[in-house]
Amino acid sequence: MSDTIASPVAPDGLSPSASAEPTRNMKHESAVLHVTGRALYIDDLPEPKGLLHVVPGLSEKAHARIVSIDLAAVRALPGVVRVLTAQDIPGENQTSPVHANDEPLLAQDLVQHVGQPIFAVVATERAIARRAVKLARIVYEELPAILDIDSAKANGSAVVWRPLTMARGDVEPALAKAPRRLQGTLTIGGQEHFYLEGQVALAQPGEAGEMRLWSSTQHPSETQHLVASVLGLPHHLVTTEIRRMGGGFGGKESQANGCACLAALAASLTGQAAKMRLDRDDDMVITGKRHDFKVAYDVGFTDQGDILAVDMELAARCGWSADLSGPVTDRALFHADNAYFYPDVRFRSLALKTNTQSNTAFRGFGGPQGIIAAERLIEEIAHATGMDPLDVRLRNVYGTGERDVTPYHMVVEDSITDLVMTQLAERCDYRRRRQALRDFNSTSRTLRKGIALVPVKFGISFTATHYNQAGALVHVYTDGSVQVNHGGTEMGQGLHTKMVQIVRHEFALPAESVRITATTTGKVPNTSATAASSGADLNGMAVLDAVSQIKGRMVAFAAEKWQVPPEQIAFTQEGVRIGDEIVSFRDLVWQVYFARISLSASGFYKTPKISWDAATGRGRPFYYFAYGAACAEVTLDLLTGENTIDRVDILHDAGESLNPAIDIGQIEGAFVQGAGWLTTEELVWDGQGRLRTHAPSTYKIPACSDRPRIFNVTLLEDAPNREATIYRSKAVGEPPLCHGVAVLHALSDAIASLDAYRSCPSLDAPATPETLLRTIMRVQERARRSDGASV
Amino acid sequence: MRQSIRFYLGERLVSLDNVAPDQTLLDWLRHEGRTGTKEGCNEGDCGACTVVVARLRGDRVVLKAVNACIQLLPMLDGAALFTIEDVGSAGALHPVQEAMVTLNGAQCGFCTPGFVMSMVAYRNADERSDDDAAIDSALSGNLCRCTGYAPIVRAMKQALAAPDSPFETALSALGAKLEALQDGEDVAIETSHGAIFLPASAASLARYLQEHPDTLIVAGATDVGLWVTKAMRALPRVAFIGQCPNLMRLERDDEGLHIGAAVTYDAAREALAALLPDFGALVGRIGSTPIRNSATLCGNIANGSPIGDGPPALIAAGAMLHLRRGAEKRVIPLERYFLAYGKQDRQAGEFVEAVTIPPLAEGIFYRSYKISKRFDQDISAVLAAFALRVDDEGIVQEARLAFGGMAATPCRAVRAEGVLIGAKWHEATLEAARLALAEDFTPLNDMRASAWYRQTVAANLLTRFFEESQGETMRLAKAGGLAHV
Repeated sequence: MSDTIASPVAPDGLSPSASAEPTRNMKHESAVLHVTGRALYIDDLPEPKGLLHVVPGLSEKAHARIVSIDLAAVRALPGVVRVLTAQDIPGENQTSPVHANDEPLLAQDLVQHVGQPIFAVVATERAIARRAVKLARIVYEELPAILDIDSAKANGSAVVWRPLTMARGDVEPALAKAPRRLQGTLTIGGQEHFYLEGQVALAQPGEAGEMRLWSSTQHPSETQHLVASVLGLPHHLVTTEIRRMGGGFGGKESQANGCACLAALAASLTGQAAKMRLDRDDDMVITGKRHDFKVAYDVGFTDQGDILAVDMELAARCGWSADLSGPVTDRALFHADNAYFYPDVRFRSLALKTNTQSNTAFRGFGGPQGIIAAERLIEEIAHATGMDPLDVRLRNVYGTGERDVTPYHMVVEDSITDLVMTQLAERCDYRRRRQALRDFNSTSRTLRKGIALVPVKFGISFTATHYNQAGALVHVYTDGSVQVNHGGTEMGQGLHTKMVQIVRHEFALPAESVRITATTTGKVPNTSATAASSGADLNGMAVLDAVSQIKGRMVAFAAEKWQVPPEQIAFTQEGVRIGDEIVSFRDLVWQVYFARISLSASGFYKTPKISWDAATGRGRPFYYFAYGAACAEVTLDLLTGENTIDRVDILHDAGESLNPAIDIGQIEGAFVQGAGWLTTEELVWDGQGRLRTHAPSTYKIPACSDRPRIFNVTLLEDAPNREATIYRSKAVGEPPLCHGVAVLHALSDAIASLDAYRSCPSLDAPATPETLLRTIMRVQERARRSDGASV
Repeated sequence: MRQSIRFYLGERLVSLDNVAPDQTLLDWLRHEGRTGTKEGCNEGDCGACTVVVARLRGDRVVLKAVNACIQLLPMLDGAALFTIEDVGSAGALHPVQEAMVTLNGAQCGFCTPGFVMSMVAYRNADERSDDDAAIDSALSGNLCRCTGYAPIVRAMKQALAAPDSPFETALSALGAKLEALQDGEDVAIETSHGAIFLPASAASLARYLQEHPDTLIVAGATDVGLWVTKAMRALPRVAFIGQCPNLMRLERDDEGLHIGAAVTYDAAREALAALLPDFGALVGRIGSTPIRNSATLCGNIANGSPIGDGPPALIAAGAMLHLRRGAEKRVIPLERYFLAYGKQDRQAGEFVEAVTIPPLAEGIFYRSYKISKRFDQDISAVLAAFALRVDDEGIVQEARLAFGGMAATPCRAVRAEGVLIGAKWHEATLEAARLALAEDFTPLNDMRASAWYRQTVAANLLTRFFEESQGETMRLAKAGGLAHV
């Protein structure tokens, strides 16, 4: 790349040059285990003697009082050992991850969604427990159920979390004065995580009240704390361990707690090990999903496409409890500007309570929904002014030194969105292709093509500031092998690989010398969820801290023993260079041990600079932003709404990438997941609040043939993080999911051709074939009317 | 009469005489300690449980990927079964595993063993090619939520180019081992878990069903498997017909194409494509590769589902259904088999022996269209299959408009056909037929589509059919957006 991104790098030892081959090209640390089927997930662990199986009994009503529960037939089935109800819980019947006190583990008097666990069967075999739950007789007294955003708003807008307002300037007069003004609404569907490994936990009771858990959780500390709370135990009696998850995507941040708590409850009450692994259908019916949103917008702009003022309300279906809906709806507002400067602005969130699954974290955490809202404004303005949407985007991106303040009063210090978009447009030949497909559209009767180039700017840090801390524990053993542990969890994103890379790089060790162990609350306590894309940023710095401490001790020892200045000591692949001498790492370790110096260290990190005050809507919630842009081209069938993604080009900013192959893998996967969310993945509830899409037979995530036929993913080059992150890298988990938005806009562009690009098609998500066909017919009708009027 | 089932698990011959009819292969494997095979959905959709089944076909050993979660253990009789533990290990990776490591094909790793098994089967398949669409099809039964598939497809291409591995070399000795398992015996096992019967001939099956009319007939178990894994239904007595030689007959002769009750979609695909290219293409979108390796056309008919893709495509082709009870046989037009929702024209002790497609009239124009949210491995919102014959004057002489997803059974659009027959095949007739379709059907709203969408698309597909009959050749295709038909 010829254009480099100017980005000053502080002389703090974290310069990108410190990142080096060969560790950058390291394969996933479990790759060989994965491909040989020898990687152990929780259900693969050897089963303890006398293992019992737990299956939950679920509410069949969306909102009802429980009049009576008859479990006699359940208990009578041979093989059933025990049935758990709310009365059996020795501690708190409460699992709210945000201490909202609104999420009982087992419903007692009231059920608030179809699928809410009421009881759980503990049996000698899982199949017996599954059959037994069907024998319960529960009498309900039904209450009015609120199932979606519209009915929630029509019935008083009860919320699970306080609304947030972000404002800058004076939006109402600015809108009133604007030369052009448009209002509209936008619906964005939810999304099931569909981690391939469903929710699962194994609990084994120990001595003196100890409880050991293996839980497929992104948040082992929270799982530990809630299990302790449910069992009425202090935290120190509960240990949670997770080697790896078969996918998480946010769906195991809080949603893993239910299985862990019920397995632990069963183990505690029976004194035997107990496992709870949800059937896929139960998993989808019980657990929360990505929030669906309805956005009402009002935008003022000029004839030249400059945005003057934006007023938006972002309302979310949150489900029956708060869960993480507060921070999710907050983050939607944090991203409702995407990469654009709004001179006068007001955003409001509405976290609506409904009688459906309690929606939760999902890669992007509300951010993608905010970005979609921002991009709808761009689309509206482009159609209203007749401009290329790319030009509208380029006119409105954040500036540097001016037009650089977000709606939450944080200054964007490094806006590179225009550069990223411009580079991508050139690389993928956007303007020529846009013209070519318009030519195609002018002659094609039943097939239309569309293209869109959409940027993303994504804020990195937990907006709950206290979450931005991490710990690590590194041991160097006397044979020179190293064990590393940290507070983050591995769910496929390659976090453990990156942590191993850091240790290897610092000590200059080969792969076989460094072993990463399962994440456990017994080694690193009080950890944050592996979420918000923060895993490598936070834990990487904690690992670096631990390694640096040990290195410091080794260097000090060597400096004294060899009588050389510390700066003449370096860890190299040949061994430790001490002055003119090379000593093997192993020998030096042995000597350090012999000198009675500790070879173990606990590392810690907290993100600097950040702050956020929700009450005033001001602060610097993000340490930095990650950037990128995607260009998607699609073909759409006007008779059916079927479509294909023909080509996608992505340019993404991973800073100085810790591992380019892993980061590109994250981007490719995130794009397909984002595109799936906005196209084929449709959640459907019936009028009784029953989720009808509760298995892969009815809920359609992308399959192999849905990937873009041409798929070019490139990392932005020469773009080290301005901030002092681990080796100047950037977080990469969530931001690229937003690239899927380009597909929605490309489909919309194809439809816009039907009205000669004169009006915004207002395409909602997910753009299923049905939604597309409805939108096609609406735009065709609009074109007929306006053509008729103009004649 | 044999009273056990026998198959190879890797190198080991397994003989089981105390097996339940509803024992799934996946549960059995995991209980055996083969935990590399994962449960992702337990309904044959996600592919995390994919294993490879090797069978003797003629004198060749053929490898097929199947979903272990909905294979019932007795179906394995006579086969060799390979799981992820059999194909390679850390020090000696199979080329597919090697490529998956090198090209970063695994992220969370949970779907990976299933992918590897599908890829191993494809590497050894007759139809293997490094064409993207062919690879998509081979991997259509494996869902990955992490990678977005791109690196897995790259790995597949790299592995296709690699030489044989020890796993493949060892296959040459397998033929004789499988041959030795073919004893031509009926298998009958009666235990406290239930009764299992594997007929060695159609006559055996006929006899058994007369003696035990309550028997559930299972061919590929891609539907019945879910009765077990999802509905927790007990299966007290099952006849597994999937390997019954008489029922595996697939022949084209003067009477048409004969497809026996045990012929899988995979096995029938080539013959169907030769007869009706559009039907062949449709088969490529029914279920997924592992489903098509198990599921049979006749099973898709016999279970009477209103949303099976096979029946409408067959009805439009004028298919005839062959039913048998004891020695008594009858043949009916396929559409007459479907009496009402959940009710078919099949008597106790009677079974579907075959379906035949009679020779097609000269000049017949046949098309089938599948509409679903996702292109691969999805249940249709609407399946339309049309056959039309227009004479030299442009008058419609024959019209068969068959639909799935539009009514309680697969059925023909009688009113629309009435509009077409005897009318000139032009736009006015098309419009009239489109309107008549609205009278033919009152489709349902469900999670797949609304009644509005089904009705609108059904009419639009008739429009597409008209346009294609007039020479329109462009159609949306997954491979690059456009394709010529």
